[in-house]
Amino acid sequence: MASLPIYATTGQKIWHYTFRVIVGLILFFLVAPIVIIIPLSFNAESFFTFTPEMLALDPAGYSLRHYRDFFTNPDWIRPLQNSLIIAPFATLLSVSLGTLAAIGLSQSHVPYRRAIMAIMISPMIVPLIISATGMFFFYSQLGLWMESALGFSRSFTGYVKVILAHAALGIPFVIITVTATLVGFDHSLTRAAANMGATPTQTFFKVQMPLILPGVVSGGLFAFITSFDEVVVVLFVGAAAQKTLPWQMFTGLREQISPTILAAATVLVAISIVLLATVEMLRRRSERLRGLLPS
Amino acid sequence: MAEQMMAADGRTLKSSLNRALRRQKLRALLLIAPLLLFILITFVIPIGQMLFRSVENQIVSDTIPRTVDALADWDAAADQLPDEDVFRAFAADMMVAVEERIHTRLGSRLNYETAGISSQFRRSGRDVEDMGEDLTAQFTALDPAWADPATWVALMADPDWIAARAGAATEPAFIVSESARAALPRSADVYADFARVTQQTNNDSPTEEQPWNVVYIALYEDLLADPAPRIAGAAPNDMLAAAGAAVAGFAAPDIRAAFVDSDRGWGETQTWQVIQTYSPAYTASYFLNAVDLKQTPEGIQSAPENQQIYVRLFIRTLIMSLTIMVSCILLGYPVAWMLANLPSRQANLMLILVLLPFWTSLLVRTSAWKVLLQQQGVINDLLVWVGLVADESRLTMINNATGTIIAMTHILLPFMILPLYSVMKTIPPSYLRAAKSLGATNWTAFWRVYFPQSVPGIGAGSILVFILSIGYYITPEIVGGTSGIFISNRIAYHISSSLNWGLAAALGTILLVVVLALYWAYDRIVGIDNVKLGG
Repeated sequence: MASLPIYATTGQKIWHYTFRVIVGLILFFLVAPIVIIIPLSFNAESFFTFTPEMLALDPAGYSLRHYRDFFTNPDWIRPLQNSLIIAPFATLLSVSLGTLAAIGLSQSHVPYRRAIMAIMISPMIVPLIISATGMFFFYSQLGLWMESALGFSRSFTGYVKVILAHAALGIPFVIITVTATLVGFDHSLTRAAANMGATPTQTFFKVQMPLILPGVVSGGLFAFITSFDEVVVVLFVGAAAQKTLPWQMFTGLREQISPTILAAATVLVAISIVLLATVEMLRRRSERLRGLLPS
Repeated sequence: MAEQMMAADGRTLKSSLNRALRRQKLRALLLIAPLLLFILITFVIPIGQMLFRSVENQIVSDTIPRTVDALADWDAAADQLPDEDVFRAFAADMMVAVEERIHTRLGSRLNYETAGISSQFRRSGRDVEDMGEDLTAQFTALDPAWADPATWVALMADPDWIAARAGAATEPAFIVSESARAALPRSADVYADFARVTQQTNNDSPTEEQPWNVVYIALYEDLLADPAPRIAGAAPNDMLAAAGAAVAGFAAPDIRAAFVDSDRGWGETQTWQVIQTYSPAYTASYFLNAVDLKQTPEGIQSAPENQQIYVRLFIRTLIMSLTIMVSCILLGYPVAWMLANLPSRQANLMLILVLLPFWTSLLVRTSAWKVLLQQQGVINDLLVWVGLVADESRLTMINNATGTIIAMTHILLPFMILPLYSVMKTIPPSYLRAAKSLGATNWTAFWRVYFPQSVPGIGAGSILVFILSIGYYITPEIVGGTSGIFISNRIAYHISSSLNWGLAAALGTILLVVVLALYWAYDRIVGIDNVKLGG
């Protein structure tokens, strides 16, 4: 399929190009919806479609007004701030706990390994709506308990609840990516380090960590994007004070749809492109480091 | 026997090795423990609690315990109203519940089983306070001291409580004396609740509040049963004896009439059948409701025609998930094929096009579809411009099943392409060439040689897409309207709007079981360890 042999018949040639067109159309279906919102977000009017001025490429048809609204309107600023508070803490929690556990799981003699793995992966398997339902009941009690027994303020417990919930959702991604990097990890390296007098802590930070770092970072990015994108659980667990960016977009889409959503969406697309590039780069670097790919 | 090998510290080599292994195991478990604990607390326990909530039904016996007891012997099939005892017990329970402001909660709970009962609870909650006031008036006419809170405290209070109260800055919790419980069992029971509610809920003291009318009703019943009770200590036994002699001449209170007067519903046997049916602490009723069945005194029956929505919704969720899965296979297969057969540089570029939507926020993709599919949206504009569709008959592609299927196929397509691609990459292209050189047509070579080898990829991708789509909430909620929603939207509705949490938990449990079964199948076919992210 890769390239057409010179002896191909006319029918084969037609099929060859038809097939490419079909695949092209499918790829167009995949990418076009995301790409199309970018020019739409520069619309000078509050419409969700291309105005005649835009189609004529008239500069008057374009403006940054929706971006101005996004970066000045407190309805959008607050959620953005909340997302930027919640996601890093949730990521930190899932990465630190997840990396330790992945290292533990990679040891050769772990009893009940499959069962433990299944439990740790479960937040990814269980549909979000079910996790959200379960968490809704449990975390409201937890919140009341934290407010009355520990004397935390209402808004603080709100953040704690959402961060804990998001950390739980991010953990499977950390476990999976770090375990994958550890598969190629040569354990004789740690023995060699110990042999040369390194303490276990030194071995961990100087030998093991640099090698599995790409996996840890991409796991962290997955955990970050999970929290940053998550809306179902935060809807159920959080209060209005913890409204995140996806939440604001969700209510916007459901109730009064404003074109600022498109500006927000474009910003998020830019963020995801950056994250995608980072993960892809890390993956290649890790494979090169472990000698899996002849570079 | 050969001499055992010794390690340097003098132990046998075997035990030394075992010790090292044990230590290694322990270290591994110590590394895993924090996360395991974290997941158990933040995730597994909440889910377990939800499963429990789908069968839990303590609210009925907690709120109206006396009524539940009194109703136990009532024969629901006899089509006769319960007798006065049940109504008196119910009045006492209601009085306590009203003061604690929990009677409406029970009303809402029972309203899930029979519509309209919650307004009965609300209405009678306002009236129950006055029920039996004639009887109270007769007691006070006999001796005005019956209206005095001090009389009641003297009758009921434990001597220890009186002593403790004298010395304390804040009043200790009221204790009913054993001898009062023995002599006046019903009154003591209701009075204990009165004292508790007065102290805890109303922040008052039983020494300053006249008891509720229902306490007098209980006293009336006690005295009819035993006209000459004696209470030890300084209790006003003379007053009690005088009342005991007089009660036979009192006009009996008609609580049943009072309730029926307050709301006709209490005069219908069906109401009491419902209360009796849902008295047990655990119930299957939420699960029955979740599959359109109903628990009745005559056994399990199907719900009324117009309330049968859940089975249909489950079936719709399954059919739509299958449709989405099939569209993903159809669209994903050619792309994966192309990816697997292009030179790696081009394939990598193409992979980025697949990964971009995978990495883009779900909300972004959903809002894109909302913008594209609406009647004044880009696609309709384009169709009108091309002339395929007249301006006045723009297509409705959103807020229905079509919208959900289009948007979700787009969202889940990368989850189909990536596993397919990783399987196809392992199929040597020389097999196809070999088949063709042996005389197979293009189609035969593909269908008999290539396709069977790609089936594992289709299986893995299909199960993944199906599992993901069956529990989807956000996208159907935004682009699905009423005909394109899934079971998850109904769960969310019960959590946040109708507040029927038991039913939400039951629906969630059923969905969870389905997903876990599919996941188990996925594990058998693909293996958890082979879950890959981002290609």
